[in-house]
Amino acid sequence: MNTKFTSEKKRTAKKPARRGFQGRRNSQSFFSIFLANLKSDKLALVGVILLIFFVFVGVFSESLAPHGPRDRHYTEDRQIRRLESPSLAHPFGTTDVGRDIFSQVILGTRTALMVGFLAALLVTFVGSVIGIISGYFGGMVDTILMRIVDFFYAIPFIPFVIVLAAVLKPSIWNVILAVSLLSWRTVARIVRSQVLSISKRPYIKAAKVAGAGHARIMFKYILPNVVPLVLLEMAFMVNWAIMAEASIAFLGFGDPNLTSWGQILHINFVSGYSRIAWWWTVPPGLAIVLLLVSIFFVARSLEAVVDPRLRKR
Amino acid sequence: MLTYILRRTLIILLMILLVSSMIFLLFRTMPGDPTASMVDPSIPREARQALLERYGLHESLWTQYTIFMKDLVRLDFGSSYFYTRPVLDVIKDRLPATLILMFTAMIFAYAIGIFGGAWMAWRRGSKMESVGITFGLIFRSAPTFWVGLMVILLFAVRLRWFPAQGMRTTGYEGTTFREIFLNLDFLRHLVLPALTAGLYFLATPMLIMRNSMLEVLSEDYIEMAHAKGLPERRVLYHHAARNALLPVVTAGALFIGSAIGGQVLIEVVFSWPGLGREIVQAVTRSDYPLAQGSFIILSTLVMVMNLIADVIYAFLDPRIAY
Repeated sequence: MNTKFTSEKKRTAKKPARRGFQGRRNSQSFFSIFLANLKSDKLALVGVILLIFFVFVGVFSESLAPHGPRDRHYTEDRQIRRLESPSLAHPFGTTDVGRDIFSQVILGTRTALMVGFLAALLVTFVGSVIGIISGYFGGMVDTILMRIVDFFYAIPFIPFVIVLAAVLKPSIWNVILAVSLLSWRTVARIVRSQVLSISKRPYIKAAKVAGAGHARIMFKYILPNVVPLVLLEMAFMVNWAIMAEASIAFLGFGDPNLTSWGQILHINFVSGYSRIAWWWTVPPGLAIVLLLVSIFFVARSLEAVVDPRLRKR
Repeated sequence: MLTYILRRTLIILLMILLVSSMIFLLFRTMPGDPTASMVDPSIPREARQALLERYGLHESLWTQYTIFMKDLVRLDFGSSYFYTRPVLDVIKDRLPATLILMFTAMIFAYAIGIFGGAWMAWRRGSKMESVGITFGLIFRSAPTFWVGLMVILLFAVRLRWFPAQGMRTTGYEGTTFREIFLNLDFLRHLVLPALTAGLYFLATPMLIMRNSMLEVLSEDYIEMAHAKGLPERRVLYHHAARNALLPVVTAGALFIGSAIGGQVLIEVVFSWPGLGREIVQAVTRSDYPLAQGSFIILSTLVMVMNLIADVIYAFLDPRIAY
């Protein structure tokens, strides 16, 4: 890696335009530290393996699920397989109208991952842009943006999402929108405080003196330095979004056409069988817990990369 | 200090006005005919017109807004379509149940979380510590409503220890605060929802307390206390824990917003007649004045709790001066 480094340095000396170099080095070492951490941190390794498993199930859910989410299953004598406990044919049993819970849980994986990653992407994007602008310009811009952030902190999350879901049509995109609308505030605040300290550094002043524009300084010189922090926040946001989607769906405000873990539990609860059919209640909840814990372990390991003080063990 | 509280109160009032305006606009600008959800479109045209006029829905948006704001200042949230009585009365009925459940759960979570976190930091690297961390993480990652369902399945259905839903045994009608809340039947109903909410709240204070204790324990004055020969328990709780509390309080303030969200779900699962369940039902029934009113009250609750947390913080840390 070292030789590659010097050769690139020589080239940059000739071509001053290649300034993105610093950012690339940053992210390279970022991932190598992360990988090195995986070897010593067993929990993070478990997290990564679990997460890969979930992503695999999510991507191939349609071919992995043995049945459609709404297929009704019958016994040989044309009786509906109502509330059957787990068996070989139906590993998680059946619902009150004879649907296969195993397939529903598998199909729910994709919904959870999709909402989680899309919402997190949107939130971190908006949050980082606002955080960088706020921290870099300071003064009036900062004051106004931070007051807006304060305003969003005063709004209770779930009640707002319920209201928004009721006003808009229930669809997965509106759930993502609702989650994003209220969550960027956290990222914006954290990124801003980091940018505040970065923009005081000499190299930023040097860039200003050299005549670099605002946009160039913000996104070429400051952004690479907050990328590790942003990635960490994004991991937390994925968790937050998955939990939010599950909660909305559980309350019955989710996308009715999409199978999700929250929706399975919603039907389970509303039908009243949550008190009898444990095989119906346990799997979707357990799936949420496992997915969130695995992402959390990965995030914790990312945290150790971002904050060297945590890199003890 | 007093001027600080005063200033914050003013900001809160301003925020309430902003939040109310936002919620007003949200309900009025929704796609389709917003009056359709407020007044039944299938009833005769004249009756419908009369109802629209009664609720002031025929006026322009701006007139409606000024009326709405004037009423808001007088704490008049209109009347609920479903209950056909003032929204404020409905909220007054529901608020105590929500507050009691929330505070019981918070006291439970913070008491166990703070002592547990301090103890975990003390026993760093032991088996018990990793058990504690895993336990906390699982309950932080588990959706509250699912934990609620599991708790009902185990303690109410299988073991039959506690009732699974409601605040009082069915058929009971209490009117005064004392009749409803101050008796054993109510406490029996409180156990499961409070346990569920408490388990959800627990992880945050516990994990933060552990982290900040670890930091504090490496300070010189802790070594000094040890050198003086003070008993371990005294060093732990008197010298270290006290200073490690600060971040727990700050995190608690930021946590309240999401705590109220979790509260909504718990109220729904346990059919707890609180404000959270009411807002869900109001939205499902398209009872917009009630949904609006509950939402405004819930946001006010978040803001007031944040202020309280900041004041407590100032008391705990004498270095903070407002």
